[in-house]
Amino acid sequence: MDYIIEMNHITKQFGDFKANDDITLKVKKGEIHALLGENGAGKSTLMSVLFGLYRPEQGEIKINGKKVDINNPNDANKLGIGMVHQHFKLVHNFTVLESIILGREDTSLFGILKTDKARKKILDLSQKYNFKIDLDAYISDITVGMQQRVEILKMLYCDNDILIFDEPTAVLTPQEIEQLIKVMKQLADEGKSIIFITHKLNEIKAAADRCSVLRKGKYIGTIDVKTTTKEVMSEMMVGRKVSFTVKKKDIKPGASILEVKNLILKSKHSGKNILNDVSFQVREGEIVCIAGIDGNGQSELIYSITGLRQPDSGQVFLNGRDITKESIRKKSDSGMAHIPEDRHKHGLVLDFNLQENLILKTYYSKRFQKNGFLKFDAINEYADELIKNFDIRSGKGAYSIVRGMSGGNQQKAVIARELDRNPEVIIAVQPVRGLDVGAVEYIHHRLIEQRDSEKAVLLVSFELDEVMDISDRIIVMYEGEIVGNFKPGDITVEELGLYMSGAKRSGGNGENKV
Amino acid sequence: MKRALKNKGAKKKSIFENENTVNFISSVMAVICGLLFGFIILFISSPSQAYGGFSMIIQGGFADGISGIGRMLYIAAPIIMTGLSVGFAFKTGLFNIGASGQFTAGAFAAVFVGVKCNFLPSGMHCIAALFAAMAAGALWGSVPGLLKAFFNVNEVISSIMMNYIGMYGVNMLIRRYVYDRIKNQSMPVKSAANLSKAGLDKIFPGSNINVGILIAAVSVIAVHIILHKTVFGYELKACGKNKDASRYAGINEKKNIVLSMVIAGMLSGLGGALLYLSDSGKYMQVLDIIAPEGFLGISVALLGLSEPLGIFLSGLFIGHITVGGSNMQLFDFAPEAIDMIIAAIVYCGALSLLFKEIINRFYKRSLKKTKTKQEDKEKL
Repeated sequence: MDYIIEMNHITKQFGDFKANDDITLKVKKGEIHALLGENGAGKSTLMSVLFGLYRPEQGEIKINGKKVDINNPNDANKLGIGMVHQHFKLVHNFTVLESIILGREDTSLFGILKTDKARKKILDLSQKYNFKIDLDAYISDITVGMQQRVEILKMLYCDNDILIFDEPTAVLTPQEIEQLIKVMKQLADEGKSIIFITHKLNEIKAAADRCSVLRKGKYIGTIDVKTTTKEVMSEMMVGRKVSFTVKKKDIKPGASILEVKNLILKSKHSGKNILNDVSFQVREGEIVCIAGIDGNGQSELIYSITGLRQPDSGQVFLNGRDITKESIRKKSDSGMAHIPEDRHKHGLVLDFNLQENLILKTYYSKRFQKNGFLKFDAINEYADELIKNFDIRSGKGAYSIVRGMSGGNQQKAVIARELDRNPEVIIAVQPVRGLDVGAVEYIHHRLIEQRDSEKAVLLVSFELDEVMDISDRIIVMYEGEIVGNFKPGDITVEELGLYMSGAKRSGGNGENKV
Repeated sequence: MKRALKNKGAKKKSIFENENTVNFISSVMAVICGLLFGFIILFISSPSQAYGGFSMIIQGGFADGISGIGRMLYIAAPIIMTGLSVGFAFKTGLFNIGASGQFTAGAFAAVFVGVKCNFLPSGMHCIAALFAAMAAGALWGSVPGLLKAFFNVNEVISSIMMNYIGMYGVNMLIRRYVYDRIKNQSMPVKSAANLSKAGLDKIFPGSNINVGILIAAVSVIAVHIILHKTVFGYELKACGKNKDASRYAGINEKKNIVLSMVIAGMLSGLGGALLYLSDSGKYMQVLDIIAPEGFLGISVALLGLSEPLGIFLSGLFIGHITVGGSNMQLFDFAPEAIDMIIAAIVYCGALSLLFKEIINRFYKRSLKKTKTKQEDKEKL
């Protein structure tokens, strides 16, 4: 048998829902095998089955040709299967060393921890893969990229031969991604088998040998990466042709709509500046993208603009009017639309039905109320109109409880509500996070439509592809400051990565306006 | 999933799909469970009398015919009010455990006006007393509301403290202003201040019934309309279900927290007035006991799943078993045993949410079964 892993006809059900429907996955020894699929295609479920977190209803798993029973992660570990989860499973107030040996500690008499042997082994490993990691640093003090290396070391420390990477690149800069792919290739050369879960085609092209595609819980096929084009892969993944290029009208940005001047926001705990003297403009007919790695002050910047937090100093202008101190309601009424970062926390009242959510920002208008009483007929009519125009799909139409709707449709509901108010400026934070390719395409299309009708759009994104594709101007944020301001044509992805990681910065604070 | 929904749509709509029906059934199941538990308590304490006593509880107000029903309605009115108070606050995401304090404050205000304000014309006297009660209750409710809105003090803690302040404060005020020294209780209110019987005593002869139950019914309808038909109710519910989203939508969350507690307080305060403006021989006792009507209100609200109409029904039910409980004394049960049984029923009432979950799960499973059966048939 030359397959190290064989998962044959795996079916896993949650209630009526088949997350995995007769899926077969075969991985050769020493290869990097990509598992491609949209969100909700069943990739994570399949891996959880392999890792012993779920028991499948049907199907069998063979490791090295032998049928095995994996009931829990410990069984998986014994079989040499290790996994780097999308959200790292690390203890923040442990050191790197402690995190790696957690669960496999050597102890001497009376249970006293012995770390000498472990330290040597980990040092050897990290030298071999050129990890440059400080074993005594605390997890909370190291970067996300380093944390990922800790997770990788953890798998290697346990001598795992089968390594599963669950969307490992989502949190990394382009440089870090490049290094990660290098490490993965080195590991594969040494005979380790790697399953690489992702929905980014570029990375598959760069790293993987073969690729299995899942769609809606079903197995679509396995292809050889070298001989297959990206277009074919994406068609397999989505089930139809997807256009990668975004069409935009050629228009010149007009007057400044949204202006942020010298915004400073201090942390409540440490008093450190989360936003440090941030200034920029968004003009009509342009999409300005704020690029940067998560946690560099983007969320706080948007909170300060939209009024969810009051900045310590600085001003926000809308159409030349100072709106810094105005209420959220007033801001929204004067034409600010906000597609929030967390649609479950801010964007929607999950236990309201769809129509109640669609009027969340307009329920007090004459159209929907009279003398303090809601006009349900008008509301229902309006909701049906939006549902039609924005193609929001749900079980019971306007009366569906939003909690039960899919993420993509929830997001469409937020977008319908915000765009239909005919705003002057649209502030969108990660509007496509967690959505499948089809929905991403749709939402980008809608945002560009707004731009083409000469609205101002401010977009916060952590995905470089998104930034490069749809923006007219890119602002890079690093540690609460603006460190770069470019047109997408004037900069490469690699260069952008350097700015995002703080390795490079252009002078002035967003002064070099294009 | 989608196909399952379509299947259902094609066939007749099952009653289990209607949320209100499920809610109702789950509350009824909770009550039955509580009654069984009560029966066990009765059986342990006195096996031979258990059956007779239990049938007394079940018969409740109906045991004494028409007058019993009148009594039940009189008892139900105040706890419907406190139930509404708790349920209303709950819809806004607040747990108003301070209904007792608001109730006591309202009751004192009503009694005070009823005893002292003789200068009022007879038609106005009672109405003034009711409004005083609402104002006092609102004041009591506003304190935890303000603390929560502006200082983020947990409303449970502050309203428990307001219960104690209400109890001791009112005891002090009764002693100072409206004290009946001999009986250690409040003085009787002037007859003009009592709630009108409005001919209800003709329908239910021999009971203390008055317009209180009608006031409670009107309050139920008013709260129902506020919650489900108005912009204000929409805002309150939005705040209750997702505070962050409400803030994002520009809803003034602080204002709504305060208003919600003020209205909850008003409802409880009015409940206090309904109990004591009744010419039924009920007076405010100067005892160090927190008014039980407030806590009963929590159970009423839970059993009614915080919906005004549900609260009306569950309030009537608690009134019913309370009358039944006092009838049980015929069977030599100590009054404490009766309280225990009521408590058991009330506790099980809190389980109604659990039953709701069970019904839903059971329904889904049976749906799946019929579906697979259908599919089997299709295959054949």
